[in-house]
Amino acid sequence: MILRAEGLRKLYGEFCALDGVSLAISAGEFVSIIGPNGAGKSTLVNVLTGVLRPTAGAVTFRDRDVSGIGPARLARLGIARSFQLVQVFPDLTVLETLQAAVVSRLGHGARLFASLAADRAVREGALEIAELFGLGRKRHVPARHLPQGDKKLLDVASAFALRPQIILLDEPTSGVSTADKTAIMETLVSASKRIGVQAIIQVEHDMDIVFGYSDRIIALHEGRVLADGPPAAIEADRRVVDTVIGRRARAR
Amino acid sequence: MSGRLVLALALGATVLAPLVAPTYHVLLMLPFMAYAVALLGLNLLFGYTGLVSFGHALFLGVGAYTGAFLTSVFKVRSMEVILVAAAALGALVAAPVGALCVRYVKIYFGMLTLAFGMVFYTFVLKFYRLTGGDEGMPFLRPTLLGRSIEGLPKTDYLAGPYYYYSLAVLVLATLVMWRIVHSPFGLCLKTIRDNPTKAETLGIGVARYRWCAFVISAVYAAVGGALLGPPTGNVDPTLAYWTQSGNIVFMTLLGGFASFFGPVLGAFVFIYLQDWVMSVVPFWRLIFGAILAAIVIAAPGGLAGLWVRRPSVEASSS
Ligand SMILES: Nc1ncnc2c1ncn2[C@@H]1O[C@H](COP(=O)(O)OP(=O)(O)OP(=O)(O)O)[C@@H](O)[C@H]1O
Ligand SMILES: [Mg+2]
Repeated sequence: MILRAEGLRKLYGEFCALDGVSLAISAGEFVSIIGPNGAGKSTLVNVLTGVLRPTAGAVTFRDRDVSGIGPARLARLGIARSFQLVQVFPDLTVLETLQAAVVSRLGHGARLFASLAADRAVREGALEIAELFGLGRKRHVPARHLPQGDKKLLDVASAFALRPQIILLDEPTSGVSTADKTAIMETLVSASKRIGVQAIIQVEHDMDIVFGYSDRIIALHEGRVLADGPPAAIEADRRVVDTVIGRRARAR
Repeated sequence: MSGRLVLALALGATVLAPLVAPTYHVLLMLPFMAYAVALLGLNLLFGYTGLVSFGHALFLGVGAYTGAFLTSVFKVRSMEVILVAAAALGALVAAPVGALCVRYVKIYFGMLTLAFGMVFYTFVLKFYRLTGGDEGMPFLRPTLLGRSIEGLPKTDYLAGPYYYYSLAVLVLATLVMWRIVHSPFGLCLKTIRDNPTKAETLGIGVARYRWCAFVISAVYAAVGGALLGPPTGNVDPTLAYWTQSGNIVFMTLLGGFASFFGPVLGAFVFIYLQDWVMSVVPFWRLIFGAILAAIVIAAPGGLAGLWVRRPSVEASSS
């Protein structure tokens, strides 16, 4: 068991966005979190990655309680993530963005007087990821000049540059055409293999992608886990089909 | 013109200035160089980390008073000792102040630094017996590289040895800062400036980096403050007053915080323009303010931005 959450609750003021969510992720798993808008998927990812502090409940990573230690330390421990609303460094180039991630991973951030340009380990680590994600030719483009799809890709790529053990992706293919979605998913899967990522958790609305790639699916609804199981079981679960997947998918 | 050429020309002109320029203008270079050192530090915080401090006159004051104390109370005259002591005290004061301030961002950070600046100003003003109150303290002529230069008339000392000494400190400070902003550490600061949330999820401890940038910027301001002492020979609380903090932020904006040398250029233009306006018109503050406002409106990226932007426009149109 790499990552485990127990009894997570998250209140936004009076509003309860997560209401007792428990889950466990094992090595080698590709898990998709699905659910209608407002189900609490992003809130769950934010709590699991330390961006938000849960109101109650605990998160353990490799048998270590990591609740409330914050995203920076979690990232250094091996949990990386990307965002639903794309997050980039507008004035940094693709290469610089990936270099920053590698600097962080290698612990070179304390090198005040060393030359970044001469740091071969950092440069090569960054270039490798840029190539993996097909961003090699755009490495000198500042993030703010990238098209939306590439921004999203860069956000994801920089998480991979941390060489994490587990990665959480909040809608990695949102806002991308169907054709590009498959390409992104293939990139993600091959990059994970190359890097040795042990588990992927993604939030995804596109059911073709969800059922095409997942080992396991967790359906959230109104802050609770509605169902948690392999794709076949989820597809056969009437409640999930009614509330999450919808009729269109059932007809498929 | 390439950046290197401009830089070489500027450095050459600065080296030659005492030989050819009128003494009056040579002496104006002294505060310019002192402020330039402080601004390199301030811009590590502002341009590279995204935090605007409205209290950095505090550290100018720490540096200047360190020199005044050492020369007039402890009879230490060595400028090297003064600079090292100023840097150390700057860091010592900045460590706790920074630890508190960097928990806040944007205007809250600015206001908190301003508040600390006020506290320090009030301290030097009110602890009369220690600091001389509003009359200040003498900053006796320091020795340079162990050599006492007592024989020289003050102007010759300032326009000669002290001028080149200040220039050497500025060049050294520039080289060190150049290294810092182009280091892995410097890259982490830029990620924090651009998007602290994202930086944090990449494992970059935002608060710690901000604190480091704060302390480094304070060290630079303290060294700059110490350099400001000898030209006037006296250090008084106005140096630590909040208008000073405002001035150095303004110099940074004027020159352009997005460029490494922008703030240095800003200090130069600010000091010479102020001097010129003061000499030609009454109500000089009014005119000076209007001119500065006009420059900032016409060149939102600062003066350096006017020059730096051109190549990128060419590149994108080709
Ligand atoms: N910062 C916040 N303050 C108050 N309410 C919030 C906040 N963030 C989210 N919510 C609410 O919590 C609920 C869950 O939000 P969340 O973003 O986790 O949903 P989601 O499942 O990711 O939805 P989507 O599919 O639209 O991304 C929603 O009703 C949302 O309005
Ligand atoms: Mg969401």
